[in-house]
Amino acid sequence: MSTETDQVFNEYVTAMVGGQLFGLPIRRVQDVFLPDRVTKVPLASPEIGGLINLRGRIVTLVDLAHRLGLTRRGETPMAIGVELAGESYGLLIDSIGEVMSLDAAALERNPINLDARLAAVSTGVYRLEAQLLLVLDVDRVLAIDASAAAA
Amino acid sequence: MDDLLREFVTETNESLDVVDVELVRFEQDPNNALILNNIFRLVHTIKGTCGFLGLPRLEMLAHAAESLMGKFRDGLPATREAVTVILATIDRIKEILAALERNQAEPEGADADLIADLERLADSVQAAAPHTAVAATEQVLGRPLRPGEVPLEELERAFRETPVDQPTPRKQKPESAEERPKTETAKDDEATKAGAQSIRVTVDTIEQLMTMVSELVLTRNQLLEIVRRHDDSEFKAPLQRLSNVTAELQEGVMKTRMQPIGNAWQKFPRIIRDLCNDLGKEIELELQGAETELDRQVLDLIKDPLTHMLRNSADHGLETPSERRAAGKPPQGHIRLAAYHEGGQIIVQFSDDGRGLDTARIKAKAISQGLISEADAEKLSDAQIHKFIFAPGFSTARTVTSVSGRGVGMDVVRSNIDQIGGTIDVKSVAGQGASFTIKIPLTLAIIAALIVDVAGNRFAIPQVAVVELVRARKGGDHRIERIKDTAVLRLRDKLLPLARLSRLLGIDGKDELEGGFIVVTQVGSQTFGIVVDGVFHTEEIVVKPMSSKLRDIPTFSGNTILGDGSVIMIVDPNGVARSFGSTVVSQMATAERAQPQRQEKADADTTSLLMFRAGSSQPKAVPLSLITRLEEIDARKIELSNGRHMVQYRGQLMPLVSMTEAGVKNEGAQPLLVFSDGQRSMALVVDEIVDIVDDHLDIQVASATPGVLGSAVIKGSATEIIDVAHFLPLAFEDWFRRKDQTQRRRQHSVLLVDDSPFFRNMLVPVLQAAGYAVTAVGSAAEALAMIQQDRVFDVTITDIEMADMDGFELAEALRADERCAAMPVIALSSQVSPELIDRGRRAGLADYVAKFDRQGLIAALMEQAGIGDAA
Repeated sequence: MSTETDQVFNEYVTAMVGGQLFGLPIRRVQDVFLPDRVTKVPLASPEIGGLINLRGRIVTLVDLAHRLGLTRRGETPMAIGVELAGESYGLLIDSIGEVMSLDAAALERNPINLDARLAAVSTGVYRLEAQLLLVLDVDRVLAIDASAAAA
Repeated sequence: MDDLLREFVTETNESLDVVDVELVRFEQDPNNALILNNIFRLVHTIKGTCGFLGLPRLEMLAHAAESLMGKFRDGLPATREAVTVILATIDRIKEILAALERNQAEPEGADADLIADLERLADSVQAAAPHTAVAATEQVLGRPLRPGEVPLEELERAFRETPVDQPTPRKQKPESAEERPKTETAKDDEATKAGAQSIRVTVDTIEQLMTMVSELVLTRNQLLEIVRRHDDSEFKAPLQRLSNVTAELQEGVMKTRMQPIGNAWQKFPRIIRDLCNDLGKEIELELQGAETELDRQVLDLIKDPLTHMLRNSADHGLETPSERRAAGKPPQGHIRLAAYHEGGQIIVQFSDDGRGLDTARIKAKAISQGLISEADAEKLSDAQIHKFIFAPGFSTARTVTSVSGRGVGMDVVRSNIDQIGGTIDVKSVAGQGASFTIKIPLTLAIIAALIVDVAGNRFAIPQVAVVELVRARKGGDHRIERIKDTAVLRLRDKLLPLARLSRLLGIDGKDELEGGFIVVTQVGSQTFGIVVDGVFHTEEIVVKPMSSKLRDIPTFSGNTILGDGSVIMIVDPNGVARSFGSTVVSQMATAERAQPQRQEKADADTTSLLMFRAGSSQPKAVPLSLITRLEEIDARKIELSNGRHMVQYRGQLMPLVSMTEAGVKNEGAQPLLVFSDGQRSMALVVDEIVDIVDDHLDIQVASATPGVLGSAVIKGSATEIIDVAHFLPLAFEDWFRRKDQTQRRRQHSVLLVDDSPFFRNMLVPVLQAAGYAVTAVGSAAEALAMIQQDRVFDVTITDIEMADMDGFELAEALRADERCAAMPVIALSSQVSPELIDRGRRAGLADYVAKFDRQGLIAALMEQAGIGDAA
């Protein structure tokens, strides 16, 4: 291992979705909250989980499980608040994990046999002791095709 | 960026916009020295400032332009070419300014081409044509000045420096945060001279202010919601005050966002001028209502659509002068833009007197694009076909000209206008021209909305689009009818298409339409009904733009946070209107055409009834018109005398009659139904007055109980119809007997013809009380039989709506018979209309009275028969 001065650490907020561990770059994460009184949006793409009022701002909830092609587990979903182009979003997750500080050098490319939907939004994986951590690209996660809704 | 520089760029851009407009005006009115001086001064100022700030390139351009302008002042004729070159110079300056703003420095380059042109034009014809302005300065008065007179030079100078009306007087335009530096010259003086106290504020500051106010409005709504739930709260009064203050603050901040629509129109004269040049057409542009104010955001969004329509009209709509002459029109085409406020919206009308829309071509294009089948297209009216120009991707310009652009058609205009929640409509007459009407909301931010319920979900519908709320019920004024399989609402005399909001949104809702709430909505010229499950209230909501992921859903125009903190979607009436396919519209059009005179017999027999309870929980009812007054008295006032209950009422003793054993109350409020006849009153004691309703009176089950005529279904409940005539004599035995028994006058006789036993029962006592001898029969045939038997009557009262022979026919028959030709016939009917009265008159009826109008009947009798007790 190289000395500290050369080592770059990336910090990630981790969360479980559908049994898989994911990590989001910490600088993209605004907060973590429990969505309350969700308003469903009729006619919206199924990847949209609904809208909530968070301290006066309307936050669009994105169903990460649906987006990633996984099945949600756990009763009460938490949400990770992110922002993109001035709009607020909440990524629905099964449970929140800890903040991990990981060596940038240890970031590996996605395995070739990774599910297409996951590969589309992920920038790489970390091989942790017991599991794989999939790093998510927030911008790509939020690139939901809005026109699919307006059928 | 350097503040000074920023401000310079802003102001210069504004000045250039003004110069643009003024130059076009000057071209049309070259002798107007005022305009010329104005332009000159502006250009002069620009040159000065450029020099001061060290912007050589701009300075040289401005200088060359100023020289040419100076020559104009000296008398050089302002040719088209000269004006075009100056306009080109203005454009170049704007480009440089834009680059300056971006890069904080002038772009490299020289403008030798323009400067050469400007100098060439300035040098040409040095010897100017005699110009009176120049001559004037050399005029000499020839005598010393008298006191109070001003020397000519001073006059001239004042003349030159007088501020001219700016097209955009409002200086509250955003940009720089500080007041103008004192180094500025004439313009500065002008501002202070004009006395308009104003400051510059950045857009951001205003936006922030607006957001704060919106949040304040929301928080106030929240507080109101909470206080609403607590009846007695000391918060109520201060909250009311807060609410008022918030409303005023809101209004004040809204005002800062308002700008005159003229700002969007500023460039139009110039655009038209250029287009005229390019296309070889003559066009006159009329702008009306430039001072109409609208929200800045809205203004920004309609600038482009209007510009596009202008170009379209000039390019495709208006014909060339020769074509126009051939068509018998004046060679100059006319475009008119008018803006005004109406009903909470801004109306912008754009019209030209050109060719109008090519209906055939639009139809062909719509069919070829698969928007509609040929068969359906045939059924559509011209107006409906014209609407297709708003369909996406529709442009019908034969050639794509550089002027109007590539296939960017009215559909883009429409979607731009949609975005701000507005509507656009078109009217066109072939050969005469077309006119577009744009309606846009006054402001985007805070609107009044109706909160509705659909299957447990709440939604907001902008109040401005709501015409009325109705509840559909069978047999009512508002009914659901079906055309083929589509449900429509009959609203008085119109048929409106219905959209079930639950279905539109894909939510499982109630299937049953009966009894549903319908929000009658109007969008543009379309009126339709939105079916919802419930209606809550109206609330002022702050419109928050939809998430970009949801913006494409046509049914929603935004979302908001209600007073209770919940997020709800705002329904876009435009989106709902669009869900009606053309088939529905044409089906309805057919149905409406096939609707000649469907006499609404169903409406004929509704009666006003008073519903109440007395002695049991079953509702009872009595025709409202029989009742003189509804009262509620303190039960302690009821006295018992001679075994009867009575109360002192209006200076007299009024007996109380109970319908049941229950009797009168001992304490509390006692509701009473008061019947009066002349001086006497009696009251019927009831337990509770329930309601006053309008419904058919159809006694289905007759009753053997005295005092009850029978049972009818009123408002869905079995209701006992009370026989008032039974109770009245219980109060005064002689209620129906004549008051004056000493004078025996000849009783006049009345023949009453009515096929309803109820009405006969009711009218007979009334007529007897008025002093008539009544013979009642149940049909016209029986009446005629009586006449045949040589029975004589003084007057006949007949119902109109009877089976077999109706009242009109009976009247005609009676008239025809000489035995009774002189006998007046009075008609009683639940339907009274001018047409029917006319008909009656023609049939020989002496009078026409509404059923249950007791007073009217008595009065009519008096008139016709000449006697009878005053009612």
